[in-house]
Amino acid sequence: MTFSVNFVTDIQELFRYPFMQHAIEAGTIVAVIAGIVGYFVVLRRSSFAAHALSHIGFAGAAGAVLFAVSPVYGLLLFTGVGGSAMAVLSPRAAHRDVHIGTVLAFMLGLGVLFISLYAGNSSQTYSILFGQILGISSGDVLLTLAAGVTILAVVAVVYRPLLFSSLDEDVAEAKGMPTFLLGVIFMLLVAVATSIAVQVVGVLLIFSLMVTPAAISQQLAKRPRTAIMISVTIALLATWLGLSIAYYGPPYPVSFYITTLVFSFYLFVRFVYRRVRPLTAYRAASQAT
Amino acid sequence: MNTIAPEIISARNLTAGYSNNTVWREGSFTVNRGEFVAIIGPNGAGKTTLFRLILGLQQPLGGNIEIFNAEPRRGNPLIGYVPQRHGIDSETNIESLELVRLAFSGRNWGVSLSGRDRQAALGAMKDVGAQELAHRSLSVLSGGELQRIFLAEALVSGPELLLLDEPLSNLDLRHEKDLVQLVNKVVRSRNVTALLIAHNINPLLPFLDKVIFIANGKVATGKPEEVLTSESLTALYGVPVEVLRDSRGNVAIVGIEQHHGDE
Repeated sequence: MTFSVNFVTDIQELFRYPFMQHAIEAGTIVAVIAGIVGYFVVLRRSSFAAHALSHIGFAGAAGAVLFAVSPVYGLLLFTGVGGSAMAVLSPRAAHRDVHIGTVLAFMLGLGVLFISLYAGNSSQTYSILFGQILGISSGDVLLTLAAGVTILAVVAVVYRPLLFSSLDEDVAEAKGMPTFLLGVIFMLLVAVATSIAVQVVGVLLIFSLMVTPAAISQQLAKRPRTAIMISVTIALLATWLGLSIAYYGPPYPVSFYITTLVFSFYLFVRFVYRRVRPLTAYRAASQAT
Repeated sequence: MNTIAPEIISARNLTAGYSNNTVWREGSFTVNRGEFVAIIGPNGAGKTTLFRLILGLQQPLGGNIEIFNAEPRRGNPLIGYVPQRHGIDSETNIESLELVRLAFSGRNWGVSLSGRDRQAALGAMKDVGAQELAHRSLSVLSGGELQRIFLAEALVSGPELLLLDEPLSNLDLRHEKDLVQLVNKVVRSRNVTALLIAHNINPLLPFLDKVIFIANGKVATGKPEEVLTSESLTALYGVPVEVLRDSRGNVAIVGIEQHHGDE
């Protein structure tokens, strides 16, 4: 597996082994979902809640391993219950951090207990914490696909109400929109998206797919649909490039490559693009007049 | 049709508050179609609480209130609401037009390809003189520009009653005056009713039909010249108050210290 100048054969080569196929398939689904759900996470300023949900998921995953069940089921159960509880207990985003932090510390403690009770191989724990995209089975891919399709369908239905209530909650409430229900749906979307994204980047690195691409895209685009497309594109590029580099380059963990690539995008937009943008904005304005 | 009746809001012996905490009591007033009304009072007097009662977001503790001759209900499409915003700030990189469009179509589930919301939003923005802001981001707008967008957002669904919660706060004198004139123009041209919460009544005085003054747990209403008198406000506050007027009709409300005699 050496890198050549022929991109077609290079890409064919990437799909040669089933473990790489599964990694690319699951990684693609996760990147799309994380890019979309992440947009709402950043818009609602709920990144800490997303971060906390992944830690809550850690306890679930560790518990699942203890009972010899696939970690993703434990993730789905714990993040689903945890996310709903967060939405119900503190419907408004303000002053939520302390409550979330308290619950997440307890959940991490529970996770540690489950790990210590589980006498088996510690690589399971490692893959929950940092992701193990190269260990994804075909069953996991199907489950990821099902979760991804469900999220897409739900987002398609709730898109405008969720967008409006995220942007202007007081007016949405006065207009009689179900802001509480939308808050619960949002947290469930984050819960499911987190659960499948953990396979790729792990509990500790979830920010890199669920928050950073969306944060970058909101700096770049002021129309929600455009921003969502950019967010998805960044997540996809980071995942595909991360897998390719790990395959052809030094065999370091894929999640390390993904987080580094996302961080590079972030630095570029933060420090390079934003200095160039005022110039282009000036040109556009002078053309318009 | 209930919209033909002149009374848009009628409150009788209305008492407002939260469970065991009464904010103000026994407020009785009516607001008629096409009136421009200011709601004045100190911080925490319960001005926003009155809006929450009108919007059906909160139940009265006593008395009753009717909006368009019916009980207040959440989601009444005849009401346009401009709350005090805390969520939209310099971090909100969203095009203004998107916000106004969502105020028109945000209640609809599913995806839509119709451009009706876009047309309605552009129309509402034009009505408030904000068409040139349509493609600018909310994050870069000034306080006065933002308030015009929020006004368009409230007007886009064609309401007959506007509730504006402190739109003048954080505006300098010139923008304060511009916005008040704009609200007045909307009220007169569309024959809508507007209730506007403010700290300072002076920029509003030339345009007002009525004042609702909330202070000290009580409510006083009437024409500005009836409410803004030393007698009326002394009765409201329960301590001696004097209303001073300058040569241009601006008022200043000052508390008078009790005279304890010569030392």
